[in-house]
Amino acid sequence: MNEEQANNLDTIDSDDAIIEIQNVHKWFGDLHVLQDISLTVHRGERIVICGPSGSGKSTLIRCINRLEEHQRGRIIVDGIELTNDIKNIEKIRAEVGMVFQHFNLFPHLTILENLTLGPIWVRKLPRKEAEETAMYYLEKVHIAEQAKKYPGQLSGGQQQRVAIARSLCMKPNVMLFDEPTSALDPEMVKEVLDVMISLAREGMTMIVVSHEMGFAKSVAHRVLFMDYGQILEANTPQEFFENPQHERSKLFISQILY
Amino acid sequence: MALINQAIKYEDPSEVKPPVTSIGIIGWVKKNLFDTWFNSILTLLAIFILWKTVPPFIKWAFVDSLWYSTGAECHKAGGACWSVISKNLRFMIFGFYPHDLQWRPLLAMIMLIGLLFYSRNRNRWNKSLVYAWITGLFVMGLLMRGGLFGLASVETTQWGGLPLTLLLAIFGLTAAYPLGILLALGRQSKLRIIKTLCIIYIELIRGVPLISLLFMSSVVFPLFLPHGVTVNAILRAQAAIIMFTAAYIAEVVRGGLQGMSRGQYEAAESLGLNYYQTMRLVILPQALKIVIPPSVSILISAFKDTSLVVIIALYDLLKTTQSVLSDPKWMGFSAEAYIFIAMIYFLCCFFMSNYSRRLERELNTSN
Repeated sequence: MNEEQANNLDTIDSDDAIIEIQNVHKWFGDLHVLQDISLTVHRGERIVICGPSGSGKSTLIRCINRLEEHQRGRIIVDGIELTNDIKNIEKIRAEVGMVFQHFNLFPHLTILENLTLGPIWVRKLPRKEAEETAMYYLEKVHIAEQAKKYPGQLSGGQQQRVAIARSLCMKPNVMLFDEPTSALDPEMVKEVLDVMISLAREGMTMIVVSHEMGFAKSVAHRVLFMDYGQILEANTPQEFFENPQHERSKLFISQILY
Repeated sequence: MALINQAIKYEDPSEVKPPVTSIGIIGWVKKNLFDTWFNSILTLLAIFILWKTVPPFIKWAFVDSLWYSTGAECHKAGGACWSVISKNLRFMIFGFYPHDLQWRPLLAMIMLIGLLFYSRNRNRWNKSLVYAWITGLFVMGLLMRGGLFGLASVETTQWGGLPLTLLLAIFGLTAAYPLGILLALGRQSKLRIIKTLCIIYIELIRGVPLISLLFMSSVVFPLFLPHGVTVNAILRAQAAIIMFTAAYIAEVVRGGLQGMSRGQYEAAESLGLNYYQTMRLVILPQALKIVIPPSVSILISAFKDTSLVVIIALYDLLKTTQSVLSDPKWMGFSAEAYIFIAMIYFLCCFFMSNYSRRLERELNTSN
């Protein structure tokens, strides 16, 4: 694994930052949920963010595609700064894929229609081409035979794989995962993680909010530990899980390792 | 082994039947009508009431009834006088529309009903159907109004009866629905001014009865028009119905919008869809589906409310019927006449609710 990880690390172009987060603050009312966060993500880099609930990790990645608005600091995605300019926001959202904890598939559309919606309306692809792309990615997440079904007819694991394929159909440069496996039945976690791992192997830039240690160890370049709206520790997965530095991360790891 | 197999004698499960008292007619009666002593009493009571009411009604409506007689004969007979309908049918249906031109509204109505029936199937909803409707509406308008292609012109003041009811209802409902959706979206808008305007509109309209709106449109509104400018009475009533129904639709649709989870908006937005695409492709199809039952309730009640236009002197189906009943020859047969128009209203409303149930079934994708 170490060898493989080393190979993966080599693919990162350390000069080429795809996401730059500079001194970002965010409040929910009086609650200071992000406190002076700075983070640079390189092209091809894979980051796992963990931390207790309410630590601000979901909020941080939701700021990257402006599902949440940051109030101070700068966020620059692929050279475009996130401001109130709605055109910029839409442009960034089309480049940044997002996978949610509760899948959020569109229940009134078939699986295929879920996948082609973005490409047809945002990318303005012809329907036939969009469907070909969709089938390619459905094949990739091993679910092509379900294309004509509706999301309600699929299991949780299948739905989450469809959700990943839906994001991939937009050919994003970055994929954000917001606790992608925490709403799944235990036996379905693996099928989703397998898809995510194969995506990682292809060099996709990924930011994953997750507590899946196995996943972090096998594909992540960096693990960030967040609490109180701050990044308390950033380290390689090996170091982080075996030799945590911060008091808070030591406690956290001892608790998730029962 | 063989011994054991012989020893146990299996009864073929397909030959085992449930007890006679729990299946078939006896089972059904026992389960649904006589399962408790309270239900048994209710059943007996219901049978008694039916026994007391149904046979006399059948005697009145079918045995002693007159179908094609004069009013005087009816007054002598004891049964129902359906003649009041058969003899006055043309006036009840077409009002003051010129007698020899009444084939025109009839043809228009047949076209309308034909188009509605054809459009029932959602698989047929395509561009050519839209063209068919546009052409159809144009031809219907031409048939009603005349004045082109050698058709004699008929003033709208002469329109009445069922065509008028259908006209007010169908245009009223089809215009009110999209307007209601826009109002609901406006009420949810982040833009303060739009939101406030929509709230004021909805609350104002919902706060007054339809009758007062109709009055205002026919009495107050013309006062504000410059001298010599008039707006057609039917158009004014139509506008009042649309405005009124739209406010109710708006509130129902708002309920549907609020029932949508945040996740659906977020998923659509994170694909890069803009506001209009998100609404049109993701949110509204789901929200409108949720609110089909209450929307259809509103549409049905709006359909029946079109009869309120009598108070501004439009001769819709109800008013033409009332006029027939005010004729001394036919006085006293209101039950028969009202049963007849009740059946027409019922047919239309039943069609709507039936269609809405079918739509709900077709749109159900959860299983």
